[in-house]
Amino acid sequence: MIEAQVEGDRRAAIGQTVIDAAIHNEVPSTRALYPFLPDFWIEHVEQTLFKGPTDSYYPTNSPIAARPNSRPSPEEVPEPLTGRSRVAAAAGPPPASAVGVVQREVLVDGVEAGVLCSPYPIDSIHNPDAAVAFASAVNDWQIREWLDKEPRLKASIVVPIQVPDLAIREIERVASHPGFVQVALPIRTAHPLGSRIYHNLWETIARNNLVAGLQFGGVPGVPPTPTGWPSYFVEEYVDMAGVFATQVTSIVCEGVFDRSPSLKVALIEAGFTWLAPHMWRFDKEWKNLRRLVPWVRRAPSEYIREHVRLTVQPLDAPDDPKHLLQVIDQLGSDEMLMYASHFPRVHAADAEEKLIRHLPEGLARKVRSENARALYGL
Amino acid sequence: MVQTLARSESRAKTRPALIDGDFHNELNSIKDIYPYLAKKWQTHIETHGVRGPAGGTYPRFMDHREDARPPSGRVSGSEVGWSAKDYLDPYNVAHAMCIPLTPAGRQLNFELDAALASAVNDWQINEWLDPEPRLRASIAVSTENPPAAVAEIERVAHDKRFVQVQFGGRTAEPLGRRKYWPIYEAAAKHGLHIMSHAFGSYGNPITGAGWPSYYLEDHVGPAQSAQANVVSLITEGVFDHFPTLKFVSVENGFGWIPSLMWRMDAAWSLLKSEVPHLKRKPSEYFPDHVYCTTQPVEEPHRPQQFVEMLEHFGPMVNNIVFASDYPHWDSDDPDFALPNILSEEIKAKIHYANGKNLYNL
Repeated sequence: MIEAQVEGDRRAAIGQTVIDAAIHNEVPSTRALYPFLPDFWIEHVEQTLFKGPTDSYYPTNSPIAARPNSRPSPEEVPEPLTGRSRVAAAAGPPPASAVGVVQREVLVDGVEAGVLCSPYPIDSIHNPDAAVAFASAVNDWQIREWLDKEPRLKASIVVPIQVPDLAIREIERVASHPGFVQVALPIRTAHPLGSRIYHNLWETIARNNLVAGLQFGGVPGVPPTPTGWPSYFVEEYVDMAGVFATQVTSIVCEGVFDRSPSLKVALIEAGFTWLAPHMWRFDKEWKNLRRLVPWVRRAPSEYIREHVRLTVQPLDAPDDPKHLLQVIDQLGSDEMLMYASHFPRVHAADAEEKLIRHLPEGLARKVRSENARALYGL
Repeated sequence: MVQTLARSESRAKTRPALIDGDFHNELNSIKDIYPYLAKKWQTHIETHGVRGPAGGTYPRFMDHREDARPPSGRVSGSEVGWSAKDYLDPYNVAHAMCIPLTPAGRQLNFELDAALASAVNDWQINEWLDPEPRLRASIAVSTENPPAAVAEIERVAHDKRFVQVQFGGRTAEPLGRRKYWPIYEAAAKHGLHIMSHAFGSYGNPITGAGWPSYYLEDHVGPAQSAQANVVSLITEGVFDHFPTLKFVSVENGFGWIPSLMWRMDAAWSLLKSEVPHLKRKPSEYFPDHVYCTTQPVEEPHRPQQFVEMLEHFGPMVNNIVFASDYPHWDSDDPDFALPNILSEEIKAKIHYANGKNLYNL
């Protein structure tokens, strides 16, 4: 049996409060978006091959995509569309696709709040009109079906990253809703996220006091590694850490944090044991080559410690807890790591068992709740 | 008057021998290999030039160390005699692995690519290996045209001074893909390693998210491309299929190795049903098959963290080989690359014993 399932019980036993920094809420069916879609796109979905995006950040039926008990009952969600629907092949409603199942499975055993981070693959829709229409619909659906129904949940604004101007417009449209605390961005993009293409987007995120949540996945159509398309998803899964690393490089090098000093970036489902060696290399190269980026005035690791937060999963952890504590110490900050269930996804290790219980009391409390509380203003 | 020894002589007499996994034999110009290139290809180059996948120009200040330039004024690293006097002698380098960074292996015209690879190898034999017995070399091949690469390996592998087959940092496909297996078969047959040197690209950007803006990013990125290649080689089952084959990662750093082993094992424990052909847990392939060279050496924020990192390496500490990257601008000085905090035993492994074992010297 998958060990992650018992996390909640363990926490209850030790009486700790917890904030779940990432819950991946799914849209159950394009039908769920009809109340929020323009007639043009409803007609399109009803009358053509297009049933909404068909790609996904996790392989739909993969053993890591859905924990037991993570699917709502059919009564809780609209009927799926047939045809080229992203979810038509799934065994029942998509996991985490209704607020009830998250209330039952996640918001229990001392979990006082959770941050939704939708993996809706807007970035796969190259038609910009469809992309913004579906992004708006997903955000309005999140307000009505999640935020209005469950005050313990906060949510992430879904945006068409491939058209930054439209992403900015969508953020401005909904940012005043107090339930939105973050903008969800895929870590895989067609251009590095620090690029000037995105500078106004970063400023919009910062100006609205939102966190930029860079999450595992993305379907931009470009290969996920610097040597092309790997054959297996397990490679893409491992290589995602490299994409996170290069996006951090880009965001720091391009001066995003210099332009928006209040900006915070959450790396969601990146793991973290890769980060210290990456900071070493990045600092070293910056010492050599900083004349190329004169606006970067401090060592990159200083920017990273100040502005970047990470959820602890997938826990790329050594067997020896002593080594894991060394890796955490190498980060040089106790404010970076946040517990997240990533419900409904499955991970190899239980974060409480393998990581948090080995931490000194103060740091354990920060990882369980305080770092996320500070980041999201909960 | 007392005569003092020149700095270089005094160093050579007092220091232990060194094995260098990344020494660059440079072309001053493409014309250096014309004596080994058919006339028709010389004419082709003079008329049409060389042409690889384009894109990826960054403002940067230099490639080579000016202080390593020979008195003749040719490009640093392009004269064997001067490189020996300037680097091999004073640092008591017992053996250095030549890695020629040339247009070979990077051409879209496959016929030209194969001809260039052969010319580069003949140039290495005649102008580097023959005059300088301390050198070993890497076979240049047309990596994206495996039949030609295999033919070239077969042509020169009898010369045991070639120790490995050279790949760029970013091949057209991840290194484990079936396309490259004929090259691995030929390499394994002759006891050659496969080696991937940072940076060279066959069209792919340095990130999994497009082309970054600055050379600084280009210079941080090889750690990620090297990891993608290691992940691919292991996951595709290359080392199950070629159990004697070794992969040498050059100029990609090495601080990423522990985290990568942990991450691969965790991912495999969840997703092994996707890759049932793998006979072992991913991290178990590393000690037998994955090697790395030191330059650019890791610089943790505190020296003690270097010791911790090597603890996390476990048995992989035997797979780290010193490299200078002479004569490039960012080359590491053997006297200062490894931190003082390391034990003499570990330093001796990295400076000499690990390389001696890897290259069968």
